[in-house]
Amino acid sequence: MLKIIARRVFVAIPTLVLVTLIVFGLQKILPGDPLLTMAGEERDPQVLAFLREKYRLDDPFHVQYLAWLGNVLTGDFGNSLRTGVPVSTLIAQKLPVTLQLAVMAIIMAMLIGIPAGIIAAVRKGTVTDYAANAVALSGMSIPNFWLGIILIMIVSVQWRLLPASGYVPLTEDPLQSLRTMLMPSFVLGTALAAYLMRHTRSAMLGVLTSDYIRTARAKGLLPKTVILKHALRNALMPIVTLSTLLFGELLAGAVLTEQVFTIPGFGKLIVDAVFTRDYAVVQGVVLCTAVGFIFMNLIADVLYILINPRLRHPQ
Amino acid sequence: MKLLLSSLLTTTMLLAAGAASAQEFRIGLQEDPDVLDPHKSRTFVGRLVYASLCDKLIDVDAELKFVPRVATDWSWNEDNTKLTFTIRDDMTFHDGTKLDAAAVVANLERARTLPDSLRKSELTSVTGVEAPDATTVVLTLAQPDATLLAQLSDRAGMLLSPATFESDIGTNPVCSGPYKSVSRVQNDRIVLEKFANHPDADDYHFERLVFQPIPDSTVRLANLRAGDLDMLERLNPSDAAAVRDDENLQFMPIAGLGYQGITINTSGEGDGDNPLGTDKRVRQALQLAIGRDIINEVVGNGLFEPAQQPFPPASPYNSDDYPVVTRDVEAAKALLAEAGHERVAFTLSFGNNTTATAINELIQAMATEAGLDISLQPTEFAAMQQEMQAGNYQAAQIGWSGRVDPDGNLHQFVTCEGTLNDSNYCNEEVDRLLNEARETPDPEARLPLYNQAQAILQDDLPIIYVYHQPWPFVLASNVEGFQPYPDGMLRLKGVTMAE
Repeated sequence: MLKIIARRVFVAIPTLVLVTLIVFGLQKILPGDPLLTMAGEERDPQVLAFLREKYRLDDPFHVQYLAWLGNVLTGDFGNSLRTGVPVSTLIAQKLPVTLQLAVMAIIMAMLIGIPAGIIAAVRKGTVTDYAANAVALSGMSIPNFWLGIILIMIVSVQWRLLPASGYVPLTEDPLQSLRTMLMPSFVLGTALAAYLMRHTRSAMLGVLTSDYIRTARAKGLLPKTVILKHALRNALMPIVTLSTLLFGELLAGAVLTEQVFTIPGFGKLIVDAVFTRDYAVVQGVVLCTAVGFIFMNLIADVLYILINPRLRHPQ
Repeated sequence: MKLLLSSLLTTTMLLAAGAASAQEFRIGLQEDPDVLDPHKSRTFVGRLVYASLCDKLIDVDAELKFVPRVATDWSWNEDNTKLTFTIRDDMTFHDGTKLDAAAVVANLERARTLPDSLRKSELTSVTGVEAPDATTVVLTLAQPDATLLAQLSDRAGMLLSPATFESDIGTNPVCSGPYKSVSRVQNDRIVLEKFANHPDADDYHFERLVFQPIPDSTVRLANLRAGDLDMLERLNPSDAAAVRDDENLQFMPIAGLGYQGITINTSGEGDGDNPLGTDKRVRQALQLAIGRDIINEVVGNGLFEPAQQPFPPASPYNSDDYPVVTRDVEAAKALLAEAGHERVAFTLSFGNNTTATAINELIQAMATEAGLDISLQPTEFAAMQQEMQAGNYQAAQIGWSGRVDPDGNLHQFVTCEGTLNDSNYCNEEVDRLLNEARETPDPEARLPLYNQAQAILQDDLPIIYVYHQPWPFVLASNVEGFQPYPDGMLRLKGVTMAE
């Protein structure tokens, strides 16, 4: 097991280097000069020259890249060009927010998606199945920002039940923190639940028609036991993979949802950074989310092995 | 026992009263401010925070006249090359250090010499700053500079505690304003707390100020309606009608100092080599084709006050000689014909957002009727800025946030060597007039210079001004005493909140 993990980590290194190269390269191709946003409306030529020198923006591509990479290896991600705050501080500030949102959203998605998928599979072809499918389809099709704004209008403005937007750290006020995150995680969760529901349904359908399920039923086991213990466990593989990968995607930040609910997570940070050509922030955050995504892939592999004993002793 | 009870009761009441006044005032901002160092910062939204955080030498009132703040008095010498300020002696910075003339000198020196100071260009005329005594500051100028007071009424005149110059000012600015910095989480909130030692502390009635950047105007408004905010700035014009009808809200729009307009590449070379760029009659036809009042009505919901001049309506330099040109399709066609064209085609770039899209589509539709075929080019803002500076555009719809002094809204845009002259416009007479106006502090003598420059510019039209940038504030109905200012700043002195 450790060997597998070690190999995976090793293989991830070139992937990460490639990610940083692509991001670095894309930013250079991007039109727009970071200095023009940095030097403000006045664009004083003296200031422009000083900043160009300070941030080495006239150096050739490989010099800039290697300088940045060297700093990253020593743990220095540089400073935001826009606010002067170290990128590592920004990541430390946003990571808990993004993590909390991602965890709550994925729980929300699993709570809705998996049971709905099971029910749809068991009641295949009935009204329940079609209803679950319709809900799943709308979950996938309704834009997050629209659902978000509608929820704010109803839940916050009319009913005054939950705060309209903003973020309170878990450590500061756990209850308020959960209340502020409830709507955004629901919005994100419903969209993901749709995917989970579809995958759970098809995996369950595949399993439910197999021989051992017929045997289990013939033995006279309770339908509940057959479905939850025998069928679900075997159908779990694709669901686990999908959930972990969806979680990895959530770690990259949910731009639209964060924007609507004004949640200071990765998504908003990176979009702001791209618009203000804040190169250091974009690179730092992308590197960080790439690491997160690769890590979630690794987790998915490990979980595979845990769920499926057959993979534990490869021949 | 009775005494004890009654004193207990009184204490409780006092505590309750204390709790009632220990209020928090929450303000919804359109963007997250940039670095909170007055000498390095560049955004309008940052100035909204400074208005409570950092005192400046002087301030402006609603008529854009200069009023005392840290400086109680100021005077020019005979040939306008020395400016003397008298500094009040009852002020301290948030870190407890004394605000005296030496601190003012240290700040002005920092603004003038810091390599990445964005205030440097605002203080170029200053050659020396001295403090002959603890309450006097003297600025020596290379030549008379009429714009200097306006600069010092903004970020160039803001004062940081010199003891903190070496610290991380951007994240923890130490100033002397009525509120001091508590915390900031980027993209989330900036929290300020009342500074009890401020001389005007009694007039500031909130214990804490919370600035929350909420970029989406609809969500910002929803937060205000839900009671999660007490006020917001820059309401989207499309929400104006709904806010006007809402009894729980107060709508306080005001025309600002800035403008939105159409900047035209008049260089005559490259992308500037087209009828619009080379023939002023085509530009005049474009101006006649555009109904500024129609834009105000359709897109602005009455908030986009039509603009003909770069100066804000509140400015004494806004001349009566140039009323807003009204739409006249026939006159526009006649001008085009005179220039020898039946139709003229050009590309109009603009920063891609919903309001700008609506405005530019309207301009396109109106111009078509007059024989001007506009192809619209929505561009991401940073990219558009770069293209404009490089001269790779024909016309661009862009704005300027505006300055108190007329020079700030005009000089750099239309003088031959101006750093913001993306039109590549050059006229020696305009240069002469605007340079002279810059060195003429006396408003009586200054006004005719601007009028003469405008006479040329209104004919040449390197920039067609379309509307004055509004500052639409919305407040909860229980907020009392707020007054909007043309500079868009939040002056919270005397503002209270009813229970």
